[in-house]
Amino acid sequence: MDFISILSIFVLACFVGYYVVWSVTPALHTPLMSVTNAISSVIVVGALIASAAAGSASSKWLGLLAVALASVNIFGGFAVTARMLAMYKRKERPAPQGDGHA
Amino acid sequence: MHEAAASPAWVLLAYLIAGVCFILALRGLSGPESSRRGNYTGMVGMAIAVGTTLFVHQIASLPEIAGAMLIGGGIGLVTARKIQMTAMPQLVAAFHSLVGMAAVLVGAAAYLNPEAFGIAEITGAVPTGWTIYALLSQVVINPVSRVEMGLGVAIGAITFSGSVIAFLKLNGNMSGKPILLPLRHVINLATLAAILGLIAYFTQDQGPWVFFTIMGLSFAIGFLLIIPIGGADMPVVISMLNSYSGWAAAAMGFTLHNSAMIITGALVGSSGAILSYIMCKAMNRSFISVIAGGFGGATAAGGAEAIDRPYKRGSAEDAAFLMKQADQVIIVPGYGMAVSQAQHALKEMGDKLKAEGVRVKYAIHPVAGRMPGHMNVLLAEANVPYDEVFELEDINSEFAQTDVAFVIGANDVTNPAAKTDKSSPIYGMPVLDVEKARTVLFVKRSMGGVGYAGVDNELFYRDNTMMLLADAKKMVEEIVKALG
Repeated sequence: MDFISILSIFVLACFVGYYVVWSVTPALHTPLMSVTNAISSVIVVGALIASAAAGSASSKWLGLLAVALASVNIFGGFAVTARMLAMYKRKERPAPQGDGHA
Repeated sequence: MHEAAASPAWVLLAYLIAGVCFILALRGLSGPESSRRGNYTGMVGMAIAVGTTLFVHQIASLPEIAGAMLIGGGIGLVTARKIQMTAMPQLVAAFHSLVGMAAVLVGAAAYLNPEAFGIAEITGAVPTGWTIYALLSQVVINPVSRVEMGLGVAIGAITFSGSVIAFLKLNGNMSGKPILLPLRHVINLATLAAILGLIAYFTQDQGPWVFFTIMGLSFAIGFLLIIPIGGADMPVVISMLNSYSGWAAAAMGFTLHNSAMIITGALVGSSGAILSYIMCKAMNRSFISVIAGGFGGATAAGGAEAIDRPYKRGSAEDAAFLMKQADQVIIVPGYGMAVSQAQHALKEMGDKLKAEGVRVKYAIHPVAGRMPGHMNVLLAEANVPYDEVFELEDINSEFAQTDVAFVIGANDVTNPAAKTDKSSPIYGMPVLDVEKARTVLFVKRSMGGVGYAGVDNELFYRDNTMMLLADAKKMVEEIVKALG
């Protein structure tokens, strides 16, 4: 991919992000932050490449450390988001008692 | 670039799919019901991205990587399960710092082994047992990649040190008061200029001193930027750092030519930017003035000169009686509720009132608490149904038809001076019109303290206000008891 294609993806993604995030309900802004935390750890891709590559031992160890840090975020971020989202419940109505799973 | 160009089409496609999954994960957050599915979509996206990388680089068997993921993942899962909901702002700050650090480490790894990342031309035989200098004499990193790498490392480092300070402030390890260094604006601007200058110079000289100076200065500026910012501005800071962590990921995505990282980085970057904007608007402050810092520190002395004005003090029984008689009660929670963990007692109080036939609603100001949506999560934790919880603009007109406004642990966001007093530091900030309710019950630890803006609240002294002076949780528990 050349620089311009990458830049195009980036710019379009910024616009997508803009419209998608404005549609997020304010009540879910905390889960929004924790889930964006989790997904920004996709940086683990770079860490994996570094850990796997032969050649430089220091690069490898830096990569492995980054893998560990990003993993804290990936697992922790998604898990805490799931935990929060499970708490948001609708008012109990006379209707059959659902436990919130749509 | 060679490596990325050599990637088979399916690999590029897989990263694109991962990126789309992340978009859908955020899209799901438009409502509580769809959000749970969205979160799973995000996990699938991450699995695709990680799986593809492992497969392409044929490293699925590497035990060190499995070990690193296991350790990190374990820590993450345990933390996610154990963390108290009131501590979410700290946790998010800590997570931001990890993203920042990971970006710095990946940048450093790419710098030390540019060949593996496909961002360099090899001009000669790389000697065995190479030092970084030997390596750099044989390898020329693409100038464009140098800029991307430099930016990624700089933003990552700022995110890291800034988030560490934000964490320490939110966690109470460090005073929430702004720390003001002399000449801080000059120092900050000079440091920023130096970082940008060095990134530009990096295209000319790929020597390690340039790279590591960029890194060091960026760690320093992250620290310097956050220490002058006070506790009440944390919602903006934490959103801003959220944004930075995204831009750091995006910059790394540029370096690695990876669309999943670029899409994610752009999403997270805009998400944090929008949240910062919403928070600034909710405080009627400009982003620049928040970043410049110092708010809430200099004016704190003003609270001392407040003259002793008469106010009405009530007991838990008075409050219980008033609310029992009401048709509608609106509860206005703030950071104080989080501090005293009063949300569960509050929910119990709401249930008792509902049993008496009272309509109970919750009104949330956008900057109540220490991060966007903080109050909503706490109320959700206490099992308050989300359709009883309203945002400022949806409920503000209702206070006039409300019998009792029950303010618990909030202060500045209810201060009528924001509407009337042009000299007030919070003038122009959108506030909840609690004073329009027939009676205002104001739970507060003591009369002494002022809000974070350091201004007195005229509401305390109004005829229709009754002060309930006690710890928030204790007071609510007593009211619950009095309600029988």
